[in-house]
Amino acid sequence: MLIFDHSRPGRTATAQLPATDGSLDDIPAAFRRKAAPGLPEVSELDVVRHYTRLSQKNFSIDTQFYPLGSCTMKYNPRACNSLAMLPQFLARHPAAPDETGQGFLSCMFELQEMLKDVTGMAGVSMAPMAGAHGEFAGVAMIRAYHDARGDTARREIIVPDAAHGTNPATATMCGYTVKEIPTDATGAVDIEALKAAVGPQTAGLMLTNPSTLGVFEKRIVDILKIVHDAGGLAYYDGANLNAILGYVRPGDMGFDVIHMNLHKTFSTPHGGGGPGAGPVGVSQRLLPFMPIPLVLNDNGFYRLATEADVPQSIGRMSANMGNAGVLMRAYVYARLLGREGMHRVAEYATLNANYLMARLRAAGFELAYPERRASHEFIVTLKKLKDATGVSAMDFAKRLLDYGYHAPTTYFPLLVPECLLIEPTETESRETLDGFVDAMVRIKHEAETNPDLVKGAPYTLPVRRLDDVKAARELDLAYKPAA
Amino acid sequence: MPFIPHTPDDVAAMLATIGASSIEDLFDEIPPALKTGKLKDVPEGESEMAVARLMQERAAADGFWSNFIGAGVYEHHIPAAIWQITTRGEFYSAYTPYQAEASQGTLQLIYEYQTMMTRLTGLDASNASLYDGASALAEAVLMAVRAHKGKSRRVLMPKTVHPTYRRVVVTTVKNQGIELVELEYDPATGMTVLPADPGVFAGLVIPQPNFFGVLEDVHAMTDWTHTHGGMAIALVNPTTLAVLEAPGKWGQTGADIACGEGQPLGAPMASGGPYFGFMCCRQDFVRQMPGRIVGRTVDLDGKPGFALTLQAREQHIRRSKATSNICTNQGLVVTAATQYLSLLGPAGLAKVATASHANTQALADKLAAIPGVKRAFASPSFHEVVLQLDDKAADVLRALRAQGILGGYDLSGAYPELGNAILVCATETKTDADLDKYAQQLERILSKRREAPPCAYKG
Repeated sequence: MLIFDHSRPGRTATAQLPATDGSLDDIPAAFRRKAAPGLPEVSELDVVRHYTRLSQKNFSIDTQFYPLGSCTMKYNPRACNSLAMLPQFLARHPAAPDETGQGFLSCMFELQEMLKDVTGMAGVSMAPMAGAHGEFAGVAMIRAYHDARGDTARREIIVPDAAHGTNPATATMCGYTVKEIPTDATGAVDIEALKAAVGPQTAGLMLTNPSTLGVFEKRIVDILKIVHDAGGLAYYDGANLNAILGYVRPGDMGFDVIHMNLHKTFSTPHGGGGPGAGPVGVSQRLLPFMPIPLVLNDNGFYRLATEADVPQSIGRMSANMGNAGVLMRAYVYARLLGREGMHRVAEYATLNANYLMARLRAAGFELAYPERRASHEFIVTLKKLKDATGVSAMDFAKRLLDYGYHAPTTYFPLLVPECLLIEPTETESRETLDGFVDAMVRIKHEAETNPDLVKGAPYTLPVRRLDDVKAARELDLAYKPAA
Repeated sequence: MPFIPHTPDDVAAMLATIGASSIEDLFDEIPPALKTGKLKDVPEGESEMAVARLMQERAAADGFWSNFIGAGVYEHHIPAAIWQITTRGEFYSAYTPYQAEASQGTLQLIYEYQTMMTRLTGLDASNASLYDGASALAEAVLMAVRAHKGKSRRVLMPKTVHPTYRRVVVTTVKNQGIELVELEYDPATGMTVLPADPGVFAGLVIPQPNFFGVLEDVHAMTDWTHTHGGMAIALVNPTTLAVLEAPGKWGQTGADIACGEGQPLGAPMASGGPYFGFMCCRQDFVRQMPGRIVGRTVDLDGKPGFALTLQAREQHIRRSKATSNICTNQGLVVTAATQYLSLLGPAGLAKVATASHANTQALADKLAAIPGVKRAFASPSFHEVVLQLDDKAADVLRALRAQGILGGYDLSGAYPELGNAILVCATETKTDADLDKYAQQLERILSKRREAPPCAYKG
């Protein structure tokens, strides 16, 4: 039932109406609306009940284990939310002078400095509002750097074939062409292919490390040297920073520019698809190009930097201060964890991943890279199971939902057939991981004995499998009542 | 350790299962030289109680202000129910709804949101939201260029568009060979002047109300754009759409794209975010629209359900050929906005818009009656107004601040030609007493500054 189905003409949530009356007579009739917009006419209880019930149709970290690879679905501490939503913080207008926001700005400055330390970069800007937005800022800075040097023949970004789709899409948005390079049998960047790919046209390389295959690039220093020797810059996609937080710093690996996903590593909520926050960190030579605003500390007075402070900046990315409230949640998280806590994040995320990998391997699941350590995530391939039973990774994932587990990431990275990318995170207990293994084993048994059962899953959710083809062919993107 | 549940026995048993002797062993593929180990600028962790005390002190330092700044972000009342429900764990801690069967709550909510936005804008389709109003405008500019039949890469941008939005558009499109042509405004009316000979262009941005709060002649601008073969891009405030004409009804055939800032619909001002950008368009252009889109379909049993659709536009499928690199919608804020629109309904939203307009006009009348203050433009405005002072705007605003009043947005930086001008807004949250206090203080400050040397009021 849609909220519109509850609507009755003339019903209103009267407690929400302002007392002030007014006239619109001074507005010319041509600019006034002729027919009221068809919004729902419902009571406050209708709204509360409808959306509470909708929420109950979701899986979430608070209700289920959510081992979604590459997404870092760890516990979002409640204090981060309540302390970011203190009433004075919420009431502050973004254009209010810096003098009225020293409390807020001090949090922002300290977070910015902590992120510099955690990543080993010379500067951090928290302007980007999501990972992909941070990628855009990073590649735009690479371009600004080359352009400022008159080195304008560099028009190509190199991306491994296992990269997130945002990497090539971002390069295109910055006016670059994309060159893909292959991955070798151990899940590492093919060094010979990289050597062949670089040249005077190379603007930079975008790399995730640990990679999307869940393994650390052992030869990262060599890889970056090849790119740097060719005159290119190296971009670190921070999607998997949780695996090395407080342990290895991208700046120490030699990267020139990075983005972090605070909604992964710093545990801000995913919120059903956002908002995120994607701060960027840069090495010394990219400092002049950072997006604004930055937070400056002038002898104890905190202020937002403007164009005058960073004249070569790539510019502004949002109307205000990025997703400020998300940054506040990350700040609280960082203060709760502290430096030892951050170190433990990498350790226990890695412990949980390797434990889960060892148990699944022992239970007969095939690993994509059995000779490698897992980082914070790993890949199981169901190719043999599919060949033998017809049960696909998608079927397997849907059946996991029936067992009360959110599915791992399926069909990504694209180069491993029938893959499940599994990331347990550090906040899950051993018992939870064991329960997940039991479900995996049972589903495997079901696939081998009664494959149709698995292929028809899920059965216990609000809907069964949905018709995506119909959704795309017969577009129904907005409710229209039957005439 | 915070949020890590492992006991020493767990760790020992897990390492035994893995066949490792220590956690350190699990990092043996990382070159030792890279393991820098210790962080220096991150402080020691603290308890929730200690961090709560710290945050409360910082919040108290920021305090509360009597706010008359709008400029794209508006202080509206936010019903208590909205964020209590929005921060339920099932919404708050869910991922992007890729597993549709396990995300019907989020998906149905987005479908309802899309429906509400199409009804507000009078257009056919809405996406699931973008980052904010400024980035939504940048995406709309890119979309107009993609969709333009004449393959033009020029977009006309009035100076009456929010100055920061214009900067964000430049940041976003400058590396794609797109030319932005700035259009002047009439200094008497604050309305955009259309050029006599614009040449071929892909689109015109039409702000309503514009950054000055002035109402543009959207019908004429839309028709003019279509006459020249361009796309009409509406930039609108969603609250005002309760009473101002929907972009889909502008001119003869309506605007092609509508976008804007969703913050007024239940998002707290919160020093700048998170908010959300919205975008709607006509059906013909839906495949050029960036961002997530939810569609209604059926399941195996023929039962209605919801799923992400048209994903072939998006980066995880199309990679370098995607419409945008975006893979976020501001889901949680949209969750709040959908409830806001439901709670207010058509009558409530109209009442909020009307009350905000009435308060702003009442305030402008009171302030313009003060010696040394006048309205900048002699044309109809909506819920925001430009006032010119006969004294330095920054100094006057600072003196107001000393009385707990944030008197408006200083326009002298972005629009020096307007002199000492401020942009003032009084939403439905302001009472007559609030308006009177502002007027009394402004009158006192201006008259004292005329009598005494201004330096006496610095700081």
